[in-house]
Amino acid sequence: MRTATHTVPSATADGTSRTLLAMQNVDKIFGADVVALRNMTLDVQEGDFLSLLGPSGCGKSTALRLIAGLSQPTRGAIRWGTPMADGDLSVVFQEPTLMPWATVIDNVLLPFRIAGSLTDEARDRARDMLARVGLAAFEGAYPRELSGGMKMRVSIARALVTRPKLMLMDEPFAALDEITRFKLNDDLLQLKDSMDCTVVFVTHSVFESVFLSNRIVIMAARPGRVIRELAVEAPYPRTEAFRTSAEYAAQCRAASDALHEAMGGDVGVH
Amino acid sequence: MSIDPAVPMADSAPVLDREEAQRLRAERLSRTGRWALPILVFVLVIAGWHWLVTAKEIPHYILPGPGLVASTLWQDFGILAGSWLVTLTVTGLALLLAVVFGGGLAILFTQSKWIEMSFFPYAVVLQVTPIVAIAPLIFIYVDSKIAGLLICAWIVAFFPILSNTTLGLNSADHNLRDLFSVYGASRWQRLRYLQLPAALPYFLGGLRIAGGLSLIGAVVAEFVAGSGGIGSGLAFRILESSYRLNTPRMFAALTLIVVTGVAIYLVLSWVTWMLLRKWHESALKRDA
Ligand SMILES: Nc1ncnc2c1ncn2[C@@H]1O[C@H](COP(=O)(O)OP(=O)(O)OP(=O)(O)O)[C@@H](O)[C@H]1O
Ligand SMILES: [Mg+2]
Repeated sequence: MRTATHTVPSATADGTSRTLLAMQNVDKIFGADVVALRNMTLDVQEGDFLSLLGPSGCGKSTALRLIAGLSQPTRGAIRWGTPMADGDLSVVFQEPTLMPWATVIDNVLLPFRIAGSLTDEARDRARDMLARVGLAAFEGAYPRELSGGMKMRVSIARALVTRPKLMLMDEPFAALDEITRFKLNDDLLQLKDSMDCTVVFVTHSVFESVFLSNRIVIMAARPGRVIRELAVEAPYPRTEAFRTSAEYAAQCRAASDALHEAMGGDVGVH
Repeated sequence: MSIDPAVPMADSAPVLDREEAQRLRAERLSRTGRWALPILVFVLVIAGWHWLVTAKEIPHYILPGPGLVASTLWQDFGILAGSWLVTLTVTGLALLLAVVFGGGLAILFTQSKWIEMSFFPYAVVLQVTPIVAIAPLIFIYVDSKIAGLLICAWIVAFFPILSNTTLGLNSADHNLRDLFSVYGASRWQRLRYLQLPAALPYFLGGLRIAGGLSLIGAVVAEFVAGSGGIGSGLAFRILESSYRLNTPRMFAALTLIVVTGVAIYLVLSWVTWMLLRKWHESALKRDA
């Protein structure tokens, strides 16, 4: 589904990171006049944990779908710094989006089944992935037997089992309770680190975005556009200690202020 | 956590136990009621029927008692069995055709919007035309009586399967569909691994309706076809008995039709349960 690869030059001055993808002046217009995105420019560096933060309706999901190749830009282009094959990109939705008729392991094996490579090695990898998300004992279970948090873990295992270069996540933890969300945030950072993939993460939550990301891109609505970008300098690995640190609080305030400003101060932040 | 054994923690425990016991008793009761109550109703109706016939001395050519119907069923079984087999065969084959063509057409429809747009209206036309109105025409064009019956029963039975399966094939979760696109699934893979499993509960719902309808179609068509001879089903036996005022045999044939219908429903319900019990909400057991 993704169009031919165009090489984009390495972006950073120090040359340590390479550009994975760049959205260049992208407009997305639905129908005649619904401008979901206006002139969006965004680059994602390899290894980034980049959050898209903004109010409802500002085009976060639309941007993610464009990157996933699920829809095409009305104007502008998305360029890739590296060739992307099927399985190099994965998506995690707000709902776990599991096949209810398939067992946990069969759900995780879906990418391999579609790729026609349902080998023993694939099965081993799926088991390994399930162990990493803490669900080794549940490979034969059906989704309905799992809690919401466990289903989301299966969804993440499926997204990572192909060792993708880029994982797109659209408010994956929004429907979960806070305790589960904190735990999944911690685990997600560990997984990202060990799997060495890039993440673009959509969220409504300032606190979540600061905890997880090294870059936060703040968007505004009507028309959907990028307002500004923040860097979260705190080093990884980030743990519970970071969540209670003064640095974290300060970063949250900065992001919150920026978001407020982005919305013209008219909407409160939750 | 350590609990001082001297402190009677057990205070609240008996209350819970009583509630639990009550819940279990209610559950057991409702499980027994599920089969016991219909049987009770059945016995009461039979007894009432028997009482009515004997007390009012109703002649048996108007309303035979349950005992006479049972003995007629036993004595005439030789005559009725052959017809029963014919009706069963027509019903079974019609259901099979409904599954193959109803399901097949549904798959074809979801593969091409144009095909669906072209043909779906005609499926509706077939569905809304009363079968008794088309059946005489069908028997003009089709020589074989069995084939004619089969066509009629199929026309009645295929639509629920077609419309349910079409709905089911289109009802796969849209995020899952996107996921299949992201992984580059082919049209065939999408059908095989996403649409068909998603459609299964819908298909089975249609199948249960179609099971009853194919029996109704087979019986109704035979009333229209009328003539006897080889290949006469239960409906013909009823017609024939009514000419001869052999009311007990009419009831006996009717009993066989009812038993067949109930059996079809039970078998298809069992098949549905077997196929869905592992994952589908409809087969889910929840306490209380
Ligand atoms: N397929 C579509 N057809 C028409 N309009 C659409 C479509 N998808 C999105 N839109 C519109 O585009 C705008 C941005 O939608 P989008 O779903 O990207 O927002 P979002 O930032 O993800 O919001 P939320 O936080 O509520 O999920 C909205 O005004 C929405 O109504
Ligand atoms: Mg969204």
